Amino acid sequence: MDLLSSLQMAWRSILVNKMRSGLTMLGVIIGVAAVITMVALSQGTASGITDRISSMGANLLTIIPGGSGGPIRGLSSARLSMGDVEALRDLPLVKHVAPEAGIDGVTTVVGSTTWTTSVTGTTPELRNIRNLSTVQGDFFNQDDVDRKSKVAVLGQTTASNLFLNGSSPLGQVLRINGIDFTVIGILEPKGGGAGGMDQDDIIYIPITTAQQRFLGSESVRLINVQAISSEAIPSLKEYITTLLRQRHRLADTAEDDFWIQDMSEILSTMEDTTRMLTFLLGGIAAVSLIVGGIGIINIMLVSVTERTREIGIRMAIGATTRAILSQFLIEALLLCFIGGLFGVMIGWGTSQVLGTLANLTMKVSPWLIGVSLGFAVIIGLVFGYYPAYKAANMNPIDALRFE
Amino acid sequence: MNNLLIELSNISKTYYGAGEPVHALRSVALSVKRGEMFAIMGPSGSGKSTLMNLLGCLDKPDCGEYIFAGQDVMALNKDQLAYFRNTLIGFVFQSFNLLGRASALENVVLPLVYAGVKAKEREIRGREMLALVGLEGREHHLPQQLSGGQQQRVAIARALVNRPGLLLADEPTGALDTKTSMDIMTLLQRLHRETGLTVAIVTHEPEIARYCERVIRLSDGEIVSTEMVSNPQSGHLPVNPREIQPVF
Repeated sequence: MDLLSSLQMAWRSILVNKMRSGLTMLGVIIGVAAVITMVALSQGTASGITDRISSMGANLLTIIPGGSGGPIRGLSSARLSMGDVEALRDLPLVKHVAPEAGIDGVTTVVGSTTWTTSVTGTTPELRNIRNLSTVQGDFFNQDDVDRKSKVAVLGQTTASNLFLNGSSPLGQVLRINGIDFTVIGILEPKGGGAGGMDQDDIIYIPITTAQQRFLGSESVRLINVQAISSEAIPSLKEYITTLLRQRHRLADTAEDDFWIQDMSEILSTMEDTTRMLTFLLGGIAAVSLIVGGIGIINIMLVSVTERTREIGIRMAIGATTRAILSQFLIEALLLCFIGGLFGVMIGWGTSQVLGTLANLTMKVSPWLIGVSLGFAVIIGLVFGYYPAYKAANMNPIDALRFE
Repeated sequence: MNNLLIELSNISKTYYGAGEPVHALRSVALSVKRGEMFAIMGPSGSGKSTLMNLLGCLDKPDCGEYIFAGQDVMALNKDQLAYFRNTLIGFVFQSFNLLGRASALENVVLPLVYAGVKAKEREIRGREMLALVGLEGREHHLPQQLSGGQQQRVAIARALVNRPGLLLADEPTGALDTKTSMDIMTLLQRLHRETGLTVAIVTHEPEIARYCERVIRLSDGEIVSTEMVSNPQSGHLPVNPREIQPVF
């Protein structure tokens, strides 16, 4: 008996009692919808985090003064200097180096508008490290750093909160802590960064200007180092450590007076965590799918009993054991597949709704849909087998006599 | 080639249930030529249903020999028996046993589905059979839209769609009124005469048995008599008691 006839026969049987078929499918529908929604949530969260971390710069190492207890700023006498920055630039495996030094909670004024934000002094290489591009004007250059120019590059949020009348901020004067700066560039929007901060609420000025006008010292808050590749990172960390220990004249037994924050490590930890989350949530949802399978076996057994006479007739007409077995098995598989399709639609729909209403990132990948459907079909195979087996091994004479 | 379609020798079947074992058939011997139309009669418990199930390859005897068209049935496995039932034997039941949610045509072609026949050919042969039993035009009716007699005719068409050598009818008229019963028996007779089909009718009604050429009586699991019917009943003429010459 060919596959097409079997499918048609199975489809017919499903249509015969739509209510029963629907109830049977319900377990599978809910199970698949749950799996899809749960995994979409965790995968969406994961990719959201990954994107945020990545947007801060790829292959990024951040060197922070302070001991191995982490960035305990101001609590130790450890310092990072511009000399360190120059030395780091000469290391192999380094693509870009850019220090940062600045102040937070600064009041900035344009005309009568004020805005409190962070001002970060840096060098032009930060632009490469963080992939900053300007929508208007340009970033400052090495010349500005050498001459300690009073120029500023604004992020979108800062610009839109200071220049309310919509005119171009370029060339206009911005007063930072009482000192006038000229706006020379506006950055492209970047969105949120790791830790939830708004990467567009920022003002960049040359680090030398910051040190002279606002900080009164040559020390830097942190140094960004971009490696040439992700494979280079472990070696680069070693080079940096050796170099800085030497420059800071640390004894062999002394601990490092700096800390290297490895974004790629953080990223991979996050990926591990979210992967575990995915499996956990997906696993819980899969349990509901198995419960759906129990519903399948239940209903199929009832169906087989109800159709005992029919099975006897088919056997009398010449259906083999295999024909009866595959008939009922295909029915179960078809039920699960259709239930799976409905589940995918509902799961996808729920993901869309949650994504919009609750402002969550939901990611439904084709892989997820394929696996869910596949799992549903396997459930049909496993749980549909026993009833089909029972049907196929009935005694035709007894079956024909069944009331 | 052997003219005998069926050769049963030393056939016994016992059922073991909760109580005493039931000896349904004891050492039964039977020979049926191709093209015979015969009746199996007997009271309930005589073993006629068991004999029918064995003839139809729905069950196997405990011992004895069953040669069908030269083939040893005892040597067949489950799948081979199914093949026999599909292609060589046709069943007609008292309660019609049609699939309630399928149309007449779909019911008729079901054996062809199991025989692996393609859809187009199935439809052609199905329509042919329905025309043969006089149901042209009712291909898409559901069983519930057909009268008892019509349903039985669908069942007969189904039984014959694969051109079997043997038609087994278990009380085919049991659920029908007198007139319809006679219609059905006339139809079976006609098919038997026109196609040379071998027909076996299990019945407890003498009026029905009289449509056959031979009447075999069972009692307590044994054949107690075989009678030839000199002038089998034809059509719907009122039945007069006829002389039946016992030949045994």
